[in-house]
Amino acid sequence: MRRKWVLLVAATTVAVTACSGQGGDGRGEIAAPPSDPAKVSGEITVLTNRTDQISDGTLEKYAAEFRKVYPGVKVKFEGLTDYEGETKIRMNTENYGDVLLIPNSLSLEQYPTFFAPLGKAGELSAKFDYTDHATVDGKVYGLANIGVANGFVYNKAVWAKAGITDWPATPEEFVADLETIKARTGAVPYYTNYKDGWPLTNWTNAIGSPECDPGAYDALAKTGKPWTEGSDLYTIDKLLYTIVDKKLAEPDPTTTNWEDSKARIGTGKVASMWLGSWAISQMRAAAEAAGEDPDDIGFMPFPAQKGGKFCSVLRPDYQYAVNVHSDKKAAARAWIDWYITKSGQAAAEGSISSVKGAPLPDTLKAFSDNDVTTIPQHQKNRAEVNEIDKASEIGITAQDYRQKLVDIARGAADGDMDSYFDELNGKWSEAQQTLGG
Amino acid sequence: MTAVQKTRASAHAVGRRNAPPPESGTGRPRTGRRRRVAVLTPWLFLAAPLTLLVTFTYLPVADMIGYSFTDWDGVSPTRSYVGAENYTDLVTQPARFEVFLVSGFYLAASVVQIALALYFATVLSFDTRFRNLFKGLLFFPYLINGVAVGFVFLYFFQPDGTLDTLLRLIGVDGKHLWLGDPDLANPSLAGVSVWRFMGLNMVLFLGAIQSIPPHLYEAAQLDGANRWQQFRHIIAPSIKPIISLSFILAVSGSLAVFEIPYIMTGGANGTETFVIQTVKLAFQFDKVGLASASAVVLLILILLITWVQRRLIPEERVELS
Repeated sequence: MRRKWVLLVAATTVAVTACSGQGGDGRGEIAAPPSDPAKVSGEITVLTNRTDQISDGTLEKYAAEFRKVYPGVKVKFEGLTDYEGETKIRMNTENYGDVLLIPNSLSLEQYPTFFAPLGKAGELSAKFDYTDHATVDGKVYGLANIGVANGFVYNKAVWAKAGITDWPATPEEFVADLETIKARTGAVPYYTNYKDGWPLTNWTNAIGSPECDPGAYDALAKTGKPWTEGSDLYTIDKLLYTIVDKKLAEPDPTTTNWEDSKARIGTGKVASMWLGSWAISQMRAAAEAAGEDPDDIGFMPFPAQKGGKFCSVLRPDYQYAVNVHSDKKAAARAWIDWYITKSGQAAAEGSISSVKGAPLPDTLKAFSDNDVTTIPQHQKNRAEVNEIDKASEIGITAQDYRQKLVDIARGAADGDMDSYFDELNGKWSEAQQTLGG
Repeated sequence: MTAVQKTRASAHAVGRRNAPPPESGTGRPRTGRRRRVAVLTPWLFLAAPLTLLVTFTYLPVADMIGYSFTDWDGVSPTRSYVGAENYTDLVTQPARFEVFLVSGFYLAASVVQIALALYFATVLSFDTRFRNLFKGLLFFPYLINGVAVGFVFLYFFQPDGTLDTLLRLIGVDGKHLWLGDPDLANPSLAGVSVWRFMGLNMVLFLGAIQSIPPHLYEAAQLDGANRWQQFRHIIAPSIKPIISLSFILAVSGSLAVFEIPYIMTGGANGTETFVIQTVKLAFQFDKVGLASASAVVLLILILLITWVQRRLIPEERVELS
């Protein structure tokens, strides 16, 4: 009797483990856009992180518009609040929607395992920006809908009240301006959003801006010490450190609240926050909801100039991909193309469309007025950078190391900026050597 | 197996008692069928819990132990066997175990928690006014979802938040960074854990106390024993097994703290516990193999500590009469 049970349990274990292996059919076949809209049909599931647009019906409206062009295709949305975490787990199965956003933590070389190629790099890069972020062996696996510029979202009224009208041109000037704001207005000069954490990760997206170098991110793979004076990460993290060190940030970073922070900047209780350009429209909405003028919300680039001009890197937002296991690849691809080129979603939200040649949106008018150079952030070495980053357990795209930086700056953890940068450099070069050798 | 045999024997007896007179030929197969059913009955009852237990506890644990010998990153369909490399990586980096120091705060807090629970359980076991209301109030926090508790206490601990306002009412002034000050952060979080789990301990103690025969108190009262003496000589010795069980749970619980610090601080500001570190290894740095090894090490540590505790405080039967 007992032996039988053992056998049964063993058999079940084997069966279950075997099921978790993956079949790979239809791989390598390009999910091409359909030539005749009338011929595509089926129901596709789109995974999205925009749960807000599901609940307010925005996505449903886009789906209805789409149906007018593709009458045979029904689009169903599935919103995930913890998009990164849940999608990654679901990708262990074959059931992760027909269209999905590529999780950030996935490494580039894994794309062909999970997604259907969308076309040749040469053809697609002529039509869309940022295709190099998802290109493996000459094939593109993901298309971004929008690009993101990073900068300081700031409350113009507060800055004007402190007597500052020009954008600061160096990090030192920026810090001096924050000090003036602190002295002349009651506002918190800078809000870190330390508790929610992810806003801190936006600082990494500034890589490239200080030196106006599109290859700054790629250079991380080759350098052993990214936190050395003169490098972008050093400049960026030093600025954050100085802001906190000089008590120009909120008094208790550990109890910050992202949703509240929107209203705070709208009402002028907070003067600035480092975020992506996607945040502008949200902040404007929050200002309006609080009864203030949405035009008070401004956006300025990283305080650094090259040849007398400001510089801002553009990075793609989430990239849309087609599930390699999907049996409605044509419909899925049709949705992606329509959503990016025809839906008008990027313009409606004041985002930078990834379609080549599209003008900067109204929210970034200040950028075009002030002649800010926009450069794409190249990510040819993304796989290597990712690998070093994960092996070193630093996490340049995660919040932890910057939370520690803030802790050190406000005196809540041991050490100082130099000792911490040394530690980070040590971890980085060690990981690089381990992987290289 | 013994349990099964016993059931089978008794089922057999029942079968015989109910069997029709022996001269009827149909009697035999019926008894046989019944016997077969009787043999299966306990397994049928066990099937549901066993399936759940195996699918949601033992299989994942077996899988996890398997992963701990690989370099799996959590997504890729392939993983290669690396032997005990993850384990050597763990033990050769003492920094990975430094986070256990944080558990010390929770251990200290659980001593406070057990003391408080004992106090309330004792008080409420006597004829206190509104005792059921108080029991409910004290147990209630345990019923609230941990995530909700985390969010409520985030507001509670904000500078100028609920706690500061309350303190000002009783004359203690000043802004405290309850979560921001690295010296206060861990005690604050441990305090939340006391608030949340004290009710559970109290209910356990209360149950044990209520099984003490009332005539013992009466006799003690006749002999002139006061409440403290009653607690010291009747209640405490009678519920000793429950108290020692609580301590075992407290130790393993404080080694595996996760929910409250993860939601409230995300492990920042020196509040990272071993489990938070493990979760980050797995889902932030894609080192599922290493994280599984950490989880196995934690499991072994807890088993070991429990075993040592049981050896130090042997279980003893308490005779209540």
